[in-house]
Amino acid sequence: MIPPLIIQTAESRDINLIAISDHNAIANIAAVMQAARGSSVTVLPAIELQTREEIHSLCIFDTLDQIEVFFNQILPFMPAIQNNVDFFGEQFVVDQTGDFVRREERLLISSCALSLKEAWQLVEENQGLLIPAHVNRSAFGLFPILGFIPQDIELEILEISRHITPAQALLDYPQLADYGLIQSGDAHFLDDILGWNEFLIEQPTVNEIRKALLGKSGRKYRNLSVNS
Amino acid sequence: MTLDQIIADLQLKVLTKPTDFSSISPTHGYVSDMLSCVMTSAKHQSIWITLQAHNNIVAVACLLELAAVIITENAQPDAATINKANEEGITLLSCPQNSFYISGKLWEMGLRDQ
Repeated sequence: MIPPLIIQTAESRDINLIAISDHNAIANIAAVMQAARGSSVTVLPAIELQTREEIHSLCIFDTLDQIEVFFNQILPFMPAIQNNVDFFGEQFVVDQTGDFVRREERLLISSCALSLKEAWQLVEENQGLLIPAHVNRSAFGLFPILGFIPQDIELEILEISRHITPAQALLDYPQLADYGLIQSGDAHFLDDILGWNEFLIEQPTVNEIRKALLGKSGRKYRNLSVNS
Repeated sequence: MTLDQIIADLQLKVLTKPTDFSSISPTHGYVSDMLSCVMTSAKHQSIWITLQAHNNIVAVACLLELAAVIITENAQPDAATINKANEEGITLLSCPQNSFYISGKLWEMGLRDQ
C-alpha cells in the first residue's frame, strides 16, 4: 500500500473519505494527504493506538497538526524497543509517490504505557474521536480483554470487525445497543479497501462523523457491509 | 490458608482498605489478563493474579466474589479503581514480581487451580 495506489483504489471504488490509521505511528499520513491533492478523496489523520490493556483504539482527528500534537504527547509512553526486521518485517516511511524516505526503527507492534482511559482523555483534549476497534475480536478487542465496556469513560462509538454481522454482534454483546457502531475494512492491503461506511454529513470532519454515527442533528450513517 | 498468610509470605502491598484478612480463605488460584476468560472460568472465592489494572477488574472480582486480586509487575490501578474496590469490598494487592512467580509461590503454599 503506497499513497498513490491508496488514493487510486479509493477513487476507483467511489470512496471519497478515508482515514490513514497506522499502528502506533503517524509518519505516513502526510504523504497520503499529499497524494490525495487534486483527487476526490479526503484523508483524515488517525492512528490505531494499542493501549496498556492491549486494546486497539482508532484515534481520529481533523488535521495533521492535531494528530502531531497528540502523537508527541503519547510518544514518551511508547516502549523503546528496536524493530527486528526478520521477525516483524519492514516499517517504511514513504513520500507521496511511494518512494522510500526512511525506516521506522521503533518497533510499532507493542503496547503503549497509556491506559484506555488516559488515551481517551488525551484524544478528547485534542478534539479527536476515540473508537475502540474490532471490539469483538479476541486479539486486541475490548470485549475479550475487558469483559464489558468500561463505564469510567464516555465512549460513544465502537467498531466491530468486518467478519461479523452487526446483528450477530448485538446478540453476542448486548451492551453494544447503547453505542454508535461502525464497521470498517481495517484495510492492510488495497483489496481490503471496502467502502462500507456511508455518511450523510455537511463536511468530512470528526464531529460530523460522530453526529452521523450517533444519528444526531439530521446526519445519517448507513453500514453498507455485505454482512448487514 | 488465609489471605493474611499469603500477603505476609509474598510480601504483597495492600492497595485497598485493610480488612480482617485472617478471616478470608481463598479456595483456588486463577491467572489471566483476559477479563472475559476470568468471568467465565475463575471460581468463587479464588485469588486472581493479573497484570491488568483496569477499572473493570473490580466489577469482575465483585461478580465472581473473588477473595482478592493480585496485580503483578507493579501495574498501578488508578485512584478511581481503588475507591471502587473499597466501595465494593474487594481487596486489591500489588507486587513487583510477575504472574508466573506469584502463581508458583501460591502453588508452593498449597493453593491449586481446582
